[in-house]
Amino acid sequence: MRLLLLILLSTFWLQSLSRNITVAPNSSVNTLTKGLSIASNGDTITVKSGTYKDGNTVVTKSVTIIGEGNVIFDGEDKYEILTISASGVVIKNITFNSAGYSALKDFAAIKIIDASKVIIESNRINNAYFAIHVSNSSSVTIRNNTLFGTPKSEQLTGNGIHLWKCNNALIENNRCTGYRDGIYFEFVGNSVIRNNWSEKNLRYGLHFMFSNDDSYFGNTFKNNGAGVAVMYSKRVKMENNHFQENWGPSAYGLLLKDIADSHINGNTFLKNTVGIHMEGSSRIDIQKNIFKSNGWAVKIQASCDDNNFHQNNFIGNSFDVGTNGTMVLNKFDNNYWDKYEGYDLNKDGIGDVPYHPVSLYSMIIEQNPSTLMLFRSFTVQLLDKAEKMIPGATPENLIDNKPLMKSLKL
Amino acid sequence: MLKLSRYVLYDIVRSKIIIAYTLFLFLVSFSLFQLEENESKAILSLLNIILIVLPLVSIVFSTIHYYNSYEFIELMLSQPLSRKRILLSEFFGVAMSLSGAFFVGVGIPVLIFSFNSVGLSLLFTGVMLTIIFASLAFLASVLSRDKAKGIGVTLLLWFYFTLIYDGLVLMILFSFSDYPLEKIIPVLSALNPVDLGRIFIMLKMDVSALMGVTSAMYQDFFGSFIGVLFTVGVMALWAIIPLRFALLVFNKKDI
Amino acid sequence: MIQIERISKRFKKLQVLDNINVLFEKGQVVSLIGPNGSGKTTLIKSILGLVKPDSGTILVNNILAGKSPDYRSQIGYMPQIGRYPDNMKVGHLFSMLENLRAEKKHSLDKDLIQSFKLEDIYQKPMRTLSGGTRQKVSAAVAFMFSPDILILDEPTAGLDPLSSEILKEKIRKEKTKEKLILITSHILSDLDELTTHVTYLQEGKLLFMKDIATLQEDTGEIKLGKAIARVMRGEHTDGSWIDKIFNTSSNEEKR
Repeated sequence: MRLLLLILLSTFWLQSLSRNITVAPNSSVNTLTKGLSIASNGDTITVKSGTYKDGNTVVTKSVTIIGEGNVIFDGEDKYEILTISASGVVIKNITFNSAGYSALKDFAAIKIIDASKVIIESNRINNAYFAIHVSNSSSVTIRNNTLFGTPKSEQLTGNGIHLWKCNNALIENNRCTGYRDGIYFEFVGNSVIRNNWSEKNLRYGLHFMFSNDDSYFGNTFKNNGAGVAVMYSKRVKMENNHFQENWGPSAYGLLLKDIADSHINGNTFLKNTVGIHMEGSSRIDIQKNIFKSNGWAVKIQASCDDNNFHQNNFIGNSFDVGTNGTMVLNKFDNNYWDKYEGYDLNKDGIGDVPYHPVSLYSMIIEQNPSTLMLFRSFTVQLLDKAEKMIPGATPENLIDNKPLMKSLKL
Repeated sequence: MLKLSRYVLYDIVRSKIIIAYTLFLFLVSFSLFQLEENESKAILSLLNIILIVLPLVSIVFSTIHYYNSYEFIELMLSQPLSRKRILLSEFFGVAMSLSGAFFVGVGIPVLIFSFNSVGLSLLFTGVMLTIIFASLAFLASVLSRDKAKGIGVTLLLWFYFTLIYDGLVLMILFSFSDYPLEKIIPVLSALNPVDLGRIFIMLKMDVSALMGVTSAMYQDFFGSFIGVLFTVGVMALWAIIPLRFALLVFNKKDI
Repeated sequence: MIQIERISKRFKKLQVLDNINVLFEKGQVVSLIGPNGSGKTTLIKSILGLVKPDSGTILVNNILAGKSPDYRSQIGYMPQIGRYPDNMKVGHLFSMLENLRAEKKHSLDKDLIQSFKLEDIYQKPMRTLSGGTRQKVSAAVAFMFSPDILILDEPTAGLDPLSSEILKEKIRKEKTKEKLILITSHILSDLDELTTHVTYLQEGKLLFMKDIATLQEDTGEIKLGKAIARVMRGEHTDGSWIDKIFNTSSNEEKR
């Protein structure tokens, strides 16, 4: 018992002994490395304004490193700037410039390896190969950072926030521009990505691989090379995100490949070449989303089954639904389609005749892309009308039996 | 030149038909924007009006106007005025009044409810198609002395440009689908002003879908500055060439 | 004044004008007569440059007709059927013509406008006018710029007797001004007293061009109408009479 008390007391003593170390240019402690060498676990290192060119710094102690004023760590295009392998490290308010590139070692501005409870907050990273690279760690928080890259080719550019084999991570309020993937998740579980802004990245705004039980909401993914890809994952929640202006021959707002048991709710898909492209996906609940001004709102391959689209708004899309087969294993119900031309005699707000979201011409274009020239012409409209009356080529059962007469307030 | 068109214009804008046409366009566009829940659907219906109704009205009205003005043209020709001047005055009078009707009827609602690139491209296409079909109407009219025949020819022309040509193109695109047809699409579209106008609008309206076409030909060609010049230039040619031929024929013609 | 040499015109199978030679001088009031389809209107239209003859030349005051439109400033033309833009007001027609011909400082001849009381209907649109009133307008237009040559196509057809008399009075007045006045008509009686010369066309051929005195002498009829009727009925079946006419007319031409 006494021993226990002693240990407790000594902990308090140690705690109260936690020191504050100051690193400043023109002082005896003029680099972070020197500061770290005299620090012990629990200390706070305050870095004063200035530019520090100190090559690679390895953090092995649980310290809090806070920038005061305009603190710049410069990697001189050669070095990985910060390598963190201790738990409980906090990095705050520091600008990282020009981290080096190494194809073998995945250099990053901030790298976190085998650590937990690390917090990276309110930093700015300009021009790194990887901006923040996290592997084999848990409970990492990355918050309020601004990551800005100068994209080269896909090979020479790393990811903005890269997580590999992690769990319980929280990624929020970051801004990420000009990397390969804005946010990259591989083998990451039980994590949350929220309120981030990912724009103009070379490949994906968000890239999910083999990561189960994660959720992301309130994010904006805009004008990325190919949109957002969620692949080979289960139980993913995607809510209230904005997928916008992801344009190109194989660009998607959201690409779903081999996804199961997930939720896509309350998202907005605006002006994407394809709003959602699905292949090999099952049991996904897609509701209360807005699909507006997309080339194709949804492209659903024949390899998908048991997906349920309901209570979505489809407005001003060039094509509502595209598909490559005639098998219909997915449900479309109670959606609002602006192209619906039916009537509602009993005034219950639901159209009395079903809506066929797949137009003949969308299938023709799929086969022969040059026919896009005639899209919206009178001739093609007649063809489409004829097909709607007597479906021949389009999947007969891909219908919304209860199309809404008025759009949902979403 | 413009002196005479002023009187022609003044005469046409007071005609019941042009007033009814303006009102029709205005009511349709206005109610489309009011009734349709979203703007994109209204724009889509307007697109059909512009691509189908507008050329029809323009070509038929211009033809009828020409035949109805025949005696007046004759009287003007007995004045010391050149044939070129008289025909051009008639043409400008008709083209300006029809474009004016379109601009008031469709332009004002579009500028109020949809003042954006799609709306503006709709207006541009509408004005150009009005002028082009008036030009075609004048050519058809000077070629035939008989009013019924003239109107018949113009209806055929309208039918050809809005329906038959696209059917032919669809056939071509399918029978030669193994060849790189993307390259001849600008040519195919240049041969029909309605298609050209439609692609011009589509470029703004369906930009998301067009970006998805593998070779991105539309965006690269039609979307570029050169492409816009191409579209505007070819449409101008469609207005000028039939009128030029009409002048040639009219100059040699016995009235 | 008007010198017509070897004019021929063929409309498809129909030879409308067949090698016409004739000379019209100032001071003459020429009645151009002949049965329907004889080529009267075509001849007039050729003079005005509205119809382009297949061969031959027409000189108006020594200017080749049909080339530049300027020679028409010396011609006043009153068409058979006057149709004007529906919504143009009567006053506008006159102001338009003044406006269009402003470059020539004519002292405008408004006699007919006054005597027909056209100023009272200046605010009326053309479509509301009766055929007779439109004829009055046409007549007023023809005389308005005091031209040296007046070409009147069936001027009194459709005019009430009173107006017809006013028009005749005007023609008589112009006749004294040494002008050339060409009148086509098939009702001769009401223009008898004005006519100085008669030209008779049949099936595109000019049968004779004769002054009244000679004609009366040849046919033995005082009344011009009866004299013509005699010719038309072909009472001189021997043909020598016609030969004589031809000789005279060609003599006249050579003069």
